[in-house]
Amino acid sequence: MIPRLALALSIVTIAACSGSERSASDTTAASSGSVDLNGAGATFPYPIYSKWFSDYAAQTGVKINYQSIGSGGGIRQLSEGTVDFGASDSPMNEEEMAAAKGGKVFHFPSVLGADVLTYNLPEVTTALRFTPDVIADIFLGKITKWNDARIAAQNTGVTLPARDILVVHRSDGSGTTYIWTDYLATVSPAWAAGPGRGKTVQWPVGIGGKGNEGVAGQVKQTPGSIGYVELAYARQNRLPVGFVQNAAGNFVEPTAESITAAADGIMTRLGTNSDYRVSIVNAPGDQAYPIASFTWILAYATQENAAKGRKLVDFLRWMYADGQRSAAALDYAPLPTTMTQQLIARLDSIQVGAAK
Amino acid sequence: MIGPGMADGAPGLAPSASPSSLPLTPGPTAAHAVSIAGRSLGDRIFRVVTTAFAISIPLLLVLIALEVVVAAWPALARFGFGFLTSSAWDPVRGEFGAAPMIFGTVVSSVLALVIATPFALGVAIFLSEYAPRWLRQPVAFLVDLLAAIPSVVYGLWGVFVLLPILREDVMPFFATTLRLGNTPFFSGPAYGPSMLAGGVILSIMIVPYISAVSREVLMAVPRSQREAALALGATKWETIRDAVVPYARSGIVGGVILGLGRALGETMAVTMLIGNRHEISASLLAPGYTLASVIANEFAEATTELHLAALMACGAVLLGVTLIVNVIARWLVWQVGRDAR
Repeated sequence: MIPRLALALSIVTIAACSGSERSASDTTAASSGSVDLNGAGATFPYPIYSKWFSDYAAQTGVKINYQSIGSGGGIRQLSEGTVDFGASDSPMNEEEMAAAKGGKVFHFPSVLGADVLTYNLPEVTTALRFTPDVIADIFLGKITKWNDARIAAQNTGVTLPARDILVVHRSDGSGTTYIWTDYLATVSPAWAAGPGRGKTVQWPVGIGGKGNEGVAGQVKQTPGSIGYVELAYARQNRLPVGFVQNAAGNFVEPTAESITAAADGIMTRLGTNSDYRVSIVNAPGDQAYPIASFTWILAYATQENAAKGRKLVDFLRWMYADGQRSAAALDYAPLPTTMTQQLIARLDSIQVGAAK
Repeated sequence: MIGPGMADGAPGLAPSASPSSLPLTPGPTAAHAVSIAGRSLGDRIFRVVTTAFAISIPLLLVLIALEVVVAAWPALARFGFGFLTSSAWDPVRGEFGAAPMIFGTVVSSVLALVIATPFALGVAIFLSEYAPRWLRQPVAFLVDLLAAIPSVVYGLWGVFVLLPILREDVMPFFATTLRLGNTPFFSGPAYGPSMLAGGVILSIMIVPYISAVSREVLMAVPRSQREAALALGATKWETIRDAVVPYARSGIVGGVILGLGRALGETMAVTMLIGNRHEISASLLAPGYTLASVIANEFAEATTELHLAALMACGAVLLGVTLIVNVIARWLVWQVGRDAR
């Protein structure tokens, strides 16, 4: 154990040294610390980010330290300039963009995630199908029984029990909730006028669970309950997952392919000069899963520290070229190739070094 | 504990003060003078250091309170007194009110006290009056150990063990078997996460505090007190009721207050069990919310300034509620102590 640890440490040290040597040849302002880049933000992509950062360190020696303190914290820290990049599950709004101390902020989609409906009906063994208005009305408290005619209409052949529906939502502010409410507000005018979209909203009905595990735990325990969790969590815990009707009218199962299809669908609407602060819920496309979202890495358009700026751009380029391949293994959906090509081209518009 | 402790302290001071003044009277030699000077310098330093410690803690409290109020100011200025009475909590539209959380904090804590106090007192009386010596230490140790369990472990135990029991057995028992389902206090569907669940988990968490303090106070009751009662022909039960417990009353109340303070501020376990719903409901089966829980839940992802300020305001309110409850409790102790005399 100890020799192995020592070996690992020495590898890391060597890697760190070679990393800083390379940057030292680039510029005199290179940092001599053991960490090359600091980032903070969203917890949702943390598993894939930590895999990327460790793979990247192994390949290039550039060490990236990431703290998953939440999207809000990531935006605040980037805005204050205490980190080299931020990460968020929801795009920064105009107010936040204006408040950022380092100037203009670019949003780089890194990977795709999705929310899935999970439920607990011991009587039902086949996957249920939900239309957007049924989902909205369940979460608005207008549909209160599982054997409601509107649920039954889409699930012919399934005997639905006369149980009360218990809605379980997130009690903590989260990107997962943002995606969920963004979807509900997009498909339901009543939801848009009522609770609206946000990381925390005023829920018309239901109880709150802390974290994906809180919601999933509550749903698993309570017959008749329904809740939303992120896809990766649902897959890893083998939760029953509902099919959702998309904009094209098809009932789609949430998979890496159907989520990538949603990003592909939205590409048709994006111009080449888009800033990528876009929602991809209810995206067009036959096989597009409708409750999906980008998660973003946030970086200043002008990188004052040339050495760090160059490292960040190099990493992002690697993320689009190599990183995407490891996404599906961790139950994230990779970005469509056409989009990564556009994004790589966009990396060139980052100004490295003080432009004065 | 407070009473006897103070009584012990007062006589303890006198003998320790006298040796330092004693050598002065027989006429000091040079060696004496040096040692006295050295000692008095040491005394002075010690006095300054302890004074500094004593002042720094209240100062820290004041600074924390000030900092919290300053951070909460945008919300307090915007909503004013309405923050305490409104049930709205809508981060999307920027409307905030803490009434459900104040209600939930107070109700869950009081519920915890109502459940925990008899248990804890029973444990304390058993250990001090009935338990054989060989049993006393192990039981006391195990009860005290409850205080060492991390709160998230209580929360997990609550989710996986307590909630199913409450949902399948306890709640139907109250609502159906006892026919309390028609009263507002046990109405509505029983999902599990509820004010009741929050109160029950809190009660388990505060039992060790109340029982440990009560046990020490009961053990400190002089033997003569018991012997006098027994000599007058009182039974064991009458002795405990009329001679032992009243003597220890103010100390027991002190223990209960300690438990209450713990219950008011407890966060993690309650968050996992109370249901986290911004709503005031009379039913113990309905979900609720506490001030500490809402801060724990929403602080990390509160992006707007007003939302952050509202959460800080919840912190300020929690500080205020704790202060008020403590003042009331101190007053109670004082009343009880006066009545006993």
